[in-house]
Amino acid sequence: MVTRGFFSGRRPPSDTDARIPPGQYLEQGFPVLSAGPTPRVRTEDWSFTLKQGPKPIKKWNWAEFNALPQSKMTRDIHCVTAWTKFNTPWQGVMIDDILADAGIEPPTAYTLALSFDGYSTNVPTKDLVTGKAMVALLYEGKAITPDHGGPARLLVPHLYFWKSAKWVNGLQFTERDEPGFWELRGYHMYGDPWREQRYSSDP
Amino acid sequence: MTAEPSPQSPWQAATITRIEKRTPRVTSFWFQPSRPFTHLAGQHVDIRLTAPDGYQARRSYSIASAPEAGGGVELAIERLDDGEVSPFFHDVAAVGDEIELRGPLGGHFIWEEGDGGPILLVGGGSGVVPLMAMVRHRTLRNKAVPVALVFSARIWDEVIFRDELIGLDDRLDGFNLVLTLTREPARRPSDYSRRVDARMIVQAAERLPKAPRLAYVCGSNPFVSAAADALIGAGVPAEIIRTERYGV
Ligand SMILES: Cc1cc2nc3c(=O)[nH]c(=O)nc-3n(C[C@H](O)[C@H](O)[C@H](O)COP(=O)(O)OP(=O)(O)OC[C@H]3O[C@@H](n4cnc5c(N)ncnc54)[C@H](O)[C@@H]3O)c2cc1C
Repeated sequence: MVTRGFFSGRRPPSDTDARIPPGQYLEQGFPVLSAGPTPRVRTEDWSFTLKQGPKPIKKWNWAEFNALPQSKMTRDIHCVTAWTKFNTPWQGVMIDDILADAGIEPPTAYTLALSFDGYSTNVPTKDLVTGKAMVALLYEGKAITPDHGGPARLLVPHLYFWKSAKWVNGLQFTERDEPGFWELRGYHMYGDPWREQRYSSDP
Repeated sequence: MTAEPSPQSPWQAATITRIEKRTPRVTSFWFQPSRPFTHLAGQHVDIRLTAPDGYQARRSYSIASAPEAGGGVELAIERLDDGEVSPFFHDVAAVGDEIELRGPLGGHFIWEEGDGGPILLVGGGSGVVPLMAMVRHRTLRNKAVPVALVFSARIWDEVIFRDELIGLDDRLDGFNLVLTLTREPARRPSDYSRRVDARMIVQAAERLPKAPRLAYVCGSNPFVSAAADALIGAGVPAEIIRTERYGV
């Protein structure tokens, strides 16, 4: 439906068009989205736990986690509030390397990412492994600030950015695809920006 | 075999039925959706504008009207001069126009009668919009719920819904309005003239009969960060604070 009188608009330059998913616009800044106040997690108090159901598999403290092999990922990210930001540079520990350190293969097809503030988000396990996702520790070479999810956040750049859980403190493998905090509140179970899976009513 | 029902597009046309200037920079628009819906106080809709070449821009706008108010969905849109969508509404949109909209959306920044109170609401600028829906909902449904609204605006003339809010405050029925102007002296004896801080939150909460059960903070990202810190500084537990950030 063409909107009467809407001609202007900020069309992206044609060379970048193909990198912007439908309904998104290009953002130079880095807006913040979260459900509550920003938790300030001290690295002394930080830990990361891998769980299968309720059962812990392995737990790392900040120093142990930072000693795991680190990788860099520079990716475009897409927020459900319709901004896309190109070439965001992250460094951290690939989920593959976390699993290797725990000495396990992914035990189930689904995962819940858990956060210090009690929030969670679900991601199929296959979207976390084979080089697709990491627990990020640095952004632009510096410690991630608390409002962007520091000290550590999940990075699953090929899904809408709420899946990249801020203040992450663990991954829980689940038998079924269990909705997390935002998914229980109307957001999509998978969240593919290229299929515009924003809300639960989207196909 | 029965045919699969074809999935209905979540987008629908809504007709602008009324336009009213609220402040020099904020105008309210009432929309009559072609498929009417009932929202919850605090929810938003997404708006989508389409140019003749197919280019689309979409933005989120909170619903200002109470769920039980008839007469369509009220959105209060602030004009950002160099923005893409808000100047379109201020300069081009007219009564009778059809605009594409989807919603209601959002399942976290909401207050329902059954959630109880007291509730502490903190809004900056157009961040007051979803809080207004909560205040109106409470006034229409359950005046027993005590409310304190801390509303930060730059100047007196930019206090959105000013007459309505002051009218509600004057009823002394458990709704308390705390205005703070960041670029002008306070006009009412009980108001402030500074940015929201922990002391202001403590004093606002003292107007409630007991500690708030829920707190809602909405506005620009820097406002929400500063105000949420002020709430924490005032001793409001982080678990009861819900935030909505309007982006950059
Ligand atoms: C849940 C939610 C609810 C909201 N509710 C309301 C509401 O009730 N009322 C309300 O007024 N707003 C609300 N907003 C904000 C609203 O969605 C828009 O962000 C706002 O109207 C600005 O949109 P715009 O297209 O006018 O500006 P945009 O074009 O998005 O620009 C925003 C600002 O960024 C700058 N900018 C961005 N991109 C560029 C660029 N490429 N070049 C130059 N400058 C740029 C502009 O200078 C402008 O000042 C809400 C947001 C959310 C997420």
